[in-house]
Amino acid sequence: MKFSMKMRWLKALVVLGAVALAVPAWADTRSNAREQVEFGINVAQRGLWREAIYRWEKAVEIDPMYAAAYNDLGIAYEHEGQLDKARKAYEKALALEPNNAQIRQNYDLFKEINDRSVQPKDKQ
Amino acid sequence: MTARCNPKTNSRRAGLISAAVALVALSAACGSEMYEVPVETPIPAKLDVSAFQRVLVAGFVVGGTEDVDTNQETVRLLRSQLRTKSELRVIDADPMPLNEVAQEQNKAATAEASTPALEGPAVRTTSAVENNAATALPLKIKDEKDLEPYDRLFANTAYWKRIGEEYQNPLIVTGSVLFVPRTSSGLVTREQEVYDGLGRRRVVPTRVYMERKGFMLRPKFIFIDGRTGATISSLSRREEALYNAQNETPALSTYFELMDRIVPDFLGTLSTQKIKGTRVLLK
Repeated sequence: MKFSMKMRWLKALVVLGAVALAVPAWADTRSNAREQVEFGINVAQRGLWREAIYRWEKAVEIDPMYAAAYNDLGIAYEHEGQLDKARKAYEKALALEPNNAQIRQNYDLFKEINDRSVQPKDKQ
Repeated sequence: MTARCNPKTNSRRAGLISAAVALVALSAACGSEMYEVPVETPIPAKLDVSAFQRVLVAGFVVGGTEDVDTNQETVRLLRSQLRTKSELRVIDADPMPLNEVAQEQNKAATAEASTPALEGPAVRTTSAVENNAATALPLKIKDEKDLEPYDRLFANTAYWKRIGEEYQNPLIVTGSVLFVPRTSSGLVTREQEVYDGLGRRRVVPTRVYMERKGFMLRPKFIFIDGRTGATISSLSRREEALYNAQNETPALSTYFELMDRIVPDFLGTLSTQKIKGTRVLLK
């Protein structure tokens, strides 16, 4: 009885320890990715979209769960005319944050344009 | 008199204030994490025209109203749009009167077919007469059915090859344009303003019987390779504008209103177009 109680405490301690170690590591990852995203936004606002793409690609490499970075990548790819890549980036962002209204709006606007570009040549 | 505060109330107030501050801070933070940016999405041309440096908007077979010189106006409008929105050099030449060209080609073909052959004159003449009746081109084009037989002109590769040679093998834009008056009567939904007893304005959809008139524009653009005379692609569109029957909208302004809706698709076929918009960057 006493032994099993001890084991339970030990398990709890291990879990807590793991969480305590993982949280700062995750926070560090997100903070590094966020730095890249911020820099990307800064340069994109000055029209340097290729540099922005480089930064946001780095951000999703550091933190593959960062929906905002995928959203920004989608916008940049769209601006550069890389429509396939843009669609994939938006879809990834939405998969990570399905209820994010801003991402949804960006994606809807993109889709409207993308659909126009793939219309059949001879239409009535 | 001094007011004494209940410590319980005080702590609740403090809690509420801190929650409000947190909410404001949170919303401020959220607000600063969105950045609206202008974007220009390039849409690649639907047709690969990299083999051509120049484009000849030759002319169009036209039908419908005579209030507008549809051939002249279409050629002029497309050339000016291509000059500013495509990388192709636009050839300046008089618009070709393609209705007449088609009539002449048809006459020549009929004459050729009715020439008696040595081996069987009686039989040949009969078939030529039948053929003539079947291929006659209506002089006045009133609808889409009248336009159909004119399509033979665009399939005449020898003719278009010759035109291509004359202008040093450009991309040739031609086709047909039908611009016909339309009238319509029936129930239409319109928004009507109503004011209630307190003077408040409301907009209510109401169905009213209306006589309307306007025009229908149906262009078919045909893109021909000037080196071979063969058709590369075609684009058909149909647009309609109807106004209240009391409105006297000039045919020319309706023509431009309808062409405005069609021109982006035409340009999108030949050149990369940039679509302006805004998107929201997130942190």
